[in-house]
Amino acid sequence: MFRRHQAHHRMGKASPTSLLICEQCDTVYRRRLLARGEVARCLRCTAELERHRPLSVNSLLALLLTAMIVFMQANIWPIVTLGLNGQYRATTLWGMIITMWQQDAQVVSVLAACTLFFFPMAKMLMMGWLLWFARSGRRAPGFVPLMVGLHRIGPWTMSEVFVLGALVAIVKAHTYFEVTADPGIYAYAALTLLITIFSGVDLRLLWDETAEPVQ
Amino acid sequence: MSALPRASELGLIACPVCGLVCRTVVGDERLDGDGIDDAMACPRCNTTLKRRKPNSYMRTWALLIAAFLLYIPANLLPIMRTASLNDIDDNTIISGVVELWVKGSPGLAVIVFTASIVVPMLKFFALSMLLVTSQRGSGWARVQRARLFRLVEFIGYWSMLDVFVVALLTALVRFSVLSRVEPLPGVIFFGLTVVLTMFASMSFDPRLIWDGRDTDD
Repeated sequence: MFRRHQAHHRMGKASPTSLLICEQCDTVYRRRLLARGEVARCLRCTAELERHRPLSVNSLLALLLTAMIVFMQANIWPIVTLGLNGQYRATTLWGMIITMWQQDAQVVSVLAACTLFFFPMAKMLMMGWLLWFARSGRRAPGFVPLMVGLHRIGPWTMSEVFVLGALVAIVKAHTYFEVTADPGIYAYAALTLLITIFSGVDLRLLWDETAEPVQ
Repeated sequence: MSALPRASELGLIACPVCGLVCRTVVGDERLDGDGIDDAMACPRCNTTLKRRKPNSYMRTWALLIAAFLLYIPANLLPIMRTASLNDIDDNTIISGVVELWVKGSPGLAVIVFTASIVVPMLKFFALSMLLVTSQRGSGWARVQRARLFRLVEFIGYWSMLDVFVVALLTALVRFSVLSRVEPLPGVIFFGLTVVLTMFASMSFDPRLIWDGRDTDD
């Protein structure tokens, strides 16, 4: 702990936000303000360094709220109904997760529960909490662990993959069964659209945009 | 020093989580450690700072080899059983693709083929190539290799497609004796392969591509 403490002091000298380091190749850049639609790219490895965020915190929060409602619908409503000789069978996301557990594919069940339900939900709740406080330029209680948590969840949400999977499953089932698309699949389609919008937003900007609490 | 200075040359380090640029001592060996002795933490988010991801080569090789070992049963074993009154049919990944193609959805067959076969294979080849070339300090096609790595990271999780297809069909096709779909062990191996390849690409540090002998800047 003592050595950690020393590190803090040594770094007090560097101005934290004037420089930018490319994550992909370690090249150092002086940061500058980006205009609307601008993307800063690394001259060495062509990776994206930073992009201008066209949406205000309030619009992000509005979109997030929409995403939460759509996510809830996508989880509650049935996704597809299959019919065979007058028998019908529909399923929801949780129906799928539970069936996989019962069919001795617990690994798949847990994977699906995490990547399609728990992680996306955690991500949205955390973002909502952080953005709510960021509206007034403040850091939410638990700001640091939540920002770190968001970074760690990163690539482990797979709703958009599931939508494509549902499409493939429908086409496969179509040969043998009567297939009816249910509201859940449309909610998923809308969710995918919202996820695409969010994937272009780097929430790390919140580190700079919110003030640290006065101690 | 070249026209594009690198953080390690300037005694700077970027926080891997929040991106904060921190000043360090050039040549401080604790920053190259294996992550057990966390010498320095980011003052903003308290993440341990290291110049490169610890043991990147070893971890990535280990995860990649483990993923490849699981990928063999994932392809050889059937992933799904479709059972009807007079017929039991076990599907492997490839037979699922062939079935889509034959039954008149060549477009989807191509998508599933890409997600289940091309993407995992691309990951195995691309990551092994990146590991070998970086370990040799090769200056060959660095920009292209960096792009390839970003592609691998970006498309990696789409391989989960087939796993979700099997899960959804299992939940839907449950018409007592008339028609049933059951998951088979192949799908578990396949899901684990995807997870391990994702961990493998996360543990590879793309900065290593640029660390070897400087020949092309």
